[in-house]
Amino acid sequence: MTSLASGSRAAPTGRRRRSQLRRALPIYLFLLPGLGLYALWMLYPLASALFMSFFDWQLVRASPFVGFENYARAFADPLFWRALVNSAGYTVVTVAGQLVLGLGVALLLHERLPLRSFLRLIYYLPVITSWVVVSLIFVYLYNGQSGALNWLLVDVLGFLQRDVAWLAEPATALWAVAALGIWKGIGWTMVVFLAGLQGVPQELYEAAAIDGAGRWPRFRHITLPSIARTTGFLLVALTLGGLSVFVSIFVMTQGGPLNSSEVLLTYMYKQAFERLDLGYGAALAYIFAAVFFLIALVELWFVRRRLT
Amino acid sequence: MTTSRGRLAVLFVVAAMGALVSSLPFFYMLGIAFESHALVLKQPPTFLPEQPTINNFVRAVTTAGFGRAFLNSVIVSVPATALGVLLSSMLAFGFARFHFPGNRLLFYSLILTLTVPALVLIIPQFVLIRQLGLFNTHWALIFVYAVGGLAFNVFLLRGFFEDMPQELFEAAIVDGANVWQTFRFIALPLAKPAIATVTIFTFLGSWDEFTWALTALQNPDLYTLPVALRFFQRAFGTEWGLVFAASTIAVIPVVIVFLAFQRHFVSGLMLGGTKG
Repeated sequence: MTSLASGSRAAPTGRRRRSQLRRALPIYLFLLPGLGLYALWMLYPLASALFMSFFDWQLVRASPFVGFENYARAFADPLFWRALVNSAGYTVVTVAGQLVLGLGVALLLHERLPLRSFLRLIYYLPVITSWVVVSLIFVYLYNGQSGALNWLLVDVLGFLQRDVAWLAEPATALWAVAALGIWKGIGWTMVVFLAGLQGVPQELYEAAAIDGAGRWPRFRHITLPSIARTTGFLLVALTLGGLSVFVSIFVMTQGGPLNSSEVLLTYMYKQAFERLDLGYGAALAYIFAAVFFLIALVELWFVRRRLT
Repeated sequence: MTTSRGRLAVLFVVAAMGALVSSLPFFYMLGIAFESHALVLKQPPTFLPEQPTINNFVRAVTTAGFGRAFLNSVIVSVPATALGVLLSSMLAFGFARFHFPGNRLLFYSLILTLTVPALVLIIPQFVLIRQLGLFNTHWALIFVYAVGGLAFNVFLLRGFFEDMPQELFEAAIVDGANVWQTFRFIALPLAKPAIATVTIFTFLGSWDEFTWALTALQNPDLYTLPVALRFFQRAFGTEWGLVFAASTIAVIPVVIVFLAFQRHFVSGLMLGGTKG
């Protein structure tokens, strides 16, 4: 137990290093189960996906090596580009929607309102509900003949002349799913914004009030700059969440109609598990991971440069 | 700031209306779950069923197979949570309290994998469970759920173990305690609040998970709730009363866990990246 945090840290040279390793043996053994399972279920698959992406992977017989063909195929595949554009559209719309509405709700519930904790809880409920359950509820709300949304828009408000099959029309399917994504994410965005708002110095508002600054200038020049870090964090987290959209689309539209709501992950999943084109699926997964990583890096850079 | 009563009243009404709109889909789900007719698709929507009945719940659990699915979800989520929490707290403890060659390297390579979206691994994991003979078993789900949140949990717990006073551990060493005993009898009892957070996240993550369960299971008798729900809706798309009764059953444990551990939720959320 000499290797406990306070123990001596000698320079590792030759025999010293060996004895250091021997003393550390109990700790390695202690960490082994966790690291072993992690290596088997996460690291090995991560490496083997890359390996698979260079093969026309077969489950039962030998898999022919195809080099970069799977990647070349993706870049020449119009449906891949369609899915990429859809993913981008879904992400932009849901990130904007969640940021605006989440901030709005957070500002409201930051005030000393009665039942404040209860209201926060209600807004948070969609966040913890499974994607499958909320997707099924929205399938029902969007029903083309007599769903509640059509009832509201056609019969009550009169905005529309006829019922719309929201999930069966290429023009609306992706955006109908995006509306669910926004609704489900408001609560989480709200909680993070609330934490950010807690850190805004109250004296700034008092000083501004003495100077006679109105509500909007105070929001614009005190609140927004003070929560810039929180907003930056949310921007990155929500973007990555938007790019990872899968379950809602898979359950509600299966990427249809006419690929109008196909996103990167639904396309990858279909190639891999419906067409059993596992090598191509693995290449798509790696392209997705690269896009994901790149966007995270660009956004983090932007957040550091401009927002903080 | 001017916080006149009138202004607060207006803000309260706005906040309450928003909360009502936000929860309408749930009222809708409940209304239909308690509706007596099997085929319920009507307008205008009624949130209060005309003839309330628990018939849908009884049928969902017995004939429609959701009782079995509920049990499967428990069989998978409980061991996955136990294993995931145990392994991640052991790793976090090791990284936090010991100097050993490779400590930082191992910790940071673990953290780096946080940036890999779960679905990127689904194809090779599918090949792996076929090679290991775990395809179409609950083991495939238990292992992947336990390990899926590991990096995040270790990240969350390590800071907690680091903040514990060194004297506690030194006393244990004098008494001749080994690594496991120090962890089990000193560190773990002190880490309860952090362990609670990690337990909730892992349990809810396992309970709600859909895609991997859909991929790793073939036999309908093994389906967990989310997968069973989706297949049932596809097969009997018009039996919305049953679908929503089963959905309600799936949501109840989540709400209970959430209400019971609310406090821990918020602290974990602050650190919680893309979770949720």
